[in-house]
Amino acid sequence: MSDMPPVHDSTTARDYTATEMMTVTASRALTNGTTCFVGIGLPSEAANLARLTHAPDTVLIYESGTLQTRPDVLPLSIGDGELCDTALSTVSVPEMFRYWLQGGRVDVGFLGTAQIDRYANLNTTLIGDYREPKVRLPGGGGAPEIATNSREVFVMIKHSPRAFVEEVDFITSLGFGRDGRARDDLHPETARHTGRGPTLVITDLCLMRPDPDTHELVVTSIHPGVTREQIVDATGWPVRFVDAPEATPEPSGHEVSTLRELKARTERHHSGHHEEKSA
Amino acid sequence: MAEFLSLHEAIARHVHDGDTVALEGFTHLIPFAAGHEIIRQKRQNLTLIRMTPDLLYDQMIGMGCASKLIFSWGGNPGVGSLHRLRDAVEKHYPAKLEILEHSHAAMACAWEAGAAGLPLAVLRGYIGSDLPRVNQDIRHIDCPFTGERLAAIPANRPDVTVIHAQKADRAGNVLIEGIIGVQKEAVLAARRSVVTVEEVVDSLEAHPNACVLPAWAISAIAVAPGGAAPSYTHGYYGRRNDFYKQWDTIARDRDTFRQWMEDHVMNVEEGVSA
Repeated sequence: MSDMPPVHDSTTARDYTATEMMTVTASRALTNGTTCFVGIGLPSEAANLARLTHAPDTVLIYESGTLQTRPDVLPLSIGDGELCDTALSTVSVPEMFRYWLQGGRVDVGFLGTAQIDRYANLNTTLIGDYREPKVRLPGGGGAPEIATNSREVFVMIKHSPRAFVEEVDFITSLGFGRDGRARDDLHPETARHTGRGPTLVITDLCLMRPDPDTHELVVTSIHPGVTREQIVDATGWPVRFVDAPEATPEPSGHEVSTLRELKARTERHHSGHHEEKSA
Repeated sequence: MAEFLSLHEAIARHVHDGDTVALEGFTHLIPFAAGHEIIRQKRQNLTLIRMTPDLLYDQMIGMGCASKLIFSWGGNPGVGSLHRLRDAVEKHYPAKLEILEHSHAAMACAWEAGAAGLPLAVLRGYIGSDLPRVNQDIRHIDCPFTGERLAAIPANRPDVTVIHAQKADRAGNVLIEGIIGVQKEAVLAARRSVVTVEEVVDSLEAHPNACVLPAWAISAIAVAPGGAAPSYTHGYYGRRNDFYKQWDTIARDRDTFRQWMEDHVMNVEEGVSA
């Protein structure tokens, strides 16, 4: 159905940034053929890199209604024309959320966030008190239902103490709740239609997964050149590591060059007033 | 039945102080020209509804048109915050803005329920989220068949919806193409509607399943070429992503914002604003 991936250099990249490491690692988490509901920003970058490298048949869905889209450049907004032009079909937004997301067609919800806590709850609403916020953030958007209606959720976020907090000020989108148990006591009908929640958190330092019993996020893999101290310092709770954390494999030269080409194409595309030819 | 009016006349006749108004558009087809006309006509005390308030609502809020905002994601897509919205929420400038926030899934359902003439929308949503704690309009009902607890929110029923579309035919039927968002639902949910279009054509040449709003479902049509810029109209012109980035600087400062609005919206003729 799709073109074969090109033969390429799979040797380790000579140089790459921590952000590139994060994006490549996140892209590798998507297996070929996965149906992925993609958030804008970092997840969109990683999901498209996956599509351009090891997972050409990954189905990308954006909340603007674009079904099975194959953008040549990364969208700046969730509703860029590029997403529609390269989609199999574009449906209305109510159809997108009701039939395709709530209807149970999404394998992976791929989200970014402003804050994440110990139990993988996501906050994109505000910092501080709701009525008198210190910082007002954009809000939930599609995330609250992507977090519960997808079979599982991947989260991508850069590691910092401000982002990785003990407890989020506001749960916009459910991880595992304030006690780690929020997905355990759902009505059977709700449980049948609700996914496993966040199964993987990809940062620029490491990979984290929820503990199978407590659902607390623990470090399962450490990126090359990163120390445990760096991860501890950048995490706002006393973070735990699994007994023998893996060493995250380095990106290949092909992955890094594909990512750089994608970003360069995107930069050129968005830098000017993009004229679309008349219908 | 759709009446062809000038943009000035369409807004003067259909958008009133204190109205609940929706200017919809999901990144695509945002009715900037119509929104600017609302600002020029100095409408006050509006309740604004929109899933994704972006630059246009930032402008309307910053110019003091709104007292309440019902939304699900308020930001400058791919760029960052809406500084005028944040100033209104965080510092009550230029006036206090009441906010009522939802998720996209809920708002999309609320539009569909409004179009369907139902009082409420039902969804499997908001599970484990704090949003129901801060929004009294998010409640729950038990399914009478399974007993499952489902989220319920009121249908969106604005006084007037304003959208932009590609084209109308001479009878006033309107064709919407590309990312259609909630354009159709928002019009059908409203008591009145104003549609701006790029052009009027002899025939829509629409395929059988196209998104078409019949003339008898629309109150007024105004021709506004470029009326969605700096957002885009599929098949006509692209999104001015560079302007969305520049807006971050323009809107960050109250005076810079005010001056930009004076130069580009208040002191220009209808239809030629940026």
